[in-house]
Amino acid sequence: MKKKAFKAALPYTIPICIGFLFLGMSYGFLMRSKGFSFVYPMLMSLFIFAGSMEFVTVNLLLSTFNPLYAFFLTLMVNARHLFYGISMLDKYKNTGWKKLYLIYGMCDESFTINCTVTPPPDVDKGWFMFFVTMLNQIYWVTGSTLGALLGYVIHFDTTGIEFVMTALFVVMFINQWEESNEHKSALTGLGCSLLCLLIFGSANFILPAMALIILCFTLNRKKEKHEETI
Amino acid sequence: MTAMQSVITISIVVLGTMLTRFLPFLIFPDGKTPPPYIRYLGTVLPYAVIGLLVVYCLKDAVFAPSHGLPELIAIAFIVFLHKWRKNTLLSIGAGTVLYMILVQHVF
Repeated sequence: MKKKAFKAALPYTIPICIGFLFLGMSYGFLMRSKGFSFVYPMLMSLFIFAGSMEFVTVNLLLSTFNPLYAFFLTLMVNARHLFYGISMLDKYKNTGWKKLYLIYGMCDESFTINCTVTPPPDVDKGWFMFFVTMLNQIYWVTGSTLGALLGYVIHFDTTGIEFVMTALFVVMFINQWEESNEHKSALTGLGCSLLCLLIFGSANFILPAMALIILCFTLNRKKEKHEETI
Repeated sequence: MTAMQSVITISIVVLGTMLTRFLPFLIFPDGKTPPPYIRYLGTVLPYAVIGLLVVYCLKDAVFAPSHGLPELIAIAFIVFLHKWRKNTLLSIGAGTVLYMILVQHVF
């Protein structure tokens, strides 16, 4: 039963494998170039297992210690998981002990596969989703560890390598932009953040920006509701 | 940051991440539907957060002596390349290399 589920899951994860190895390696290499031992990216990939947040954590580790700020930033960056969870409430039902791991390892890519792919009828759904999640995590942890190890061997001027994080988010922004016809949300995020950056400065803008984004959405929803009732 | 502070920071990030993943299953154990306001935020927040992260990445560049010019050039290049080839890994890789060349040799 497990073997069958594994064979069904593997092909769906191959594209993720390539992406995760590449991105994971750049993440590991980035951490090593900032002076961290390979143990850091390896354990962070294993325990956090949320790519965007791991990149952001590199910045957190390089700045002043501020646990509360780290906590709120994590909640905001990972807020999307709440909605993945809501969509998976039914799908993860009746998967036994595997449910804990399925929730623990619910990254964007595993969610996308598990949410959209229906395994063949003779394949156990729980094990299928388990292997999708596990394979993706193996790729990511392997990639980041390899990248950091590579950092011990390869030496060149790595000034500016941290831009890989900016590049990642810019590409994610374009992908989202082209996926959707509604650009108000993306522009709200960009606009509120820029405004708060200019007002509060680089050290203090994140929390006000988050608050302003949520306020804008709340007001907008009230307005839309109001227009509907007219 | 000391090693201990690093461990605390990482643990907090782990805790926060797990909170966002486990919370729905704890609040809605029977598959009850969440309130409309929460579902609404769920549809719009993911789009806004990426914008926030882009600005977060550029927060120090804006106030730097070069006023974010190398960042701006590299981002313009990424947008162009991504529109053209639509290859996520290529756009990220080439954009980073261009930026590294810019900050190491031009600015």
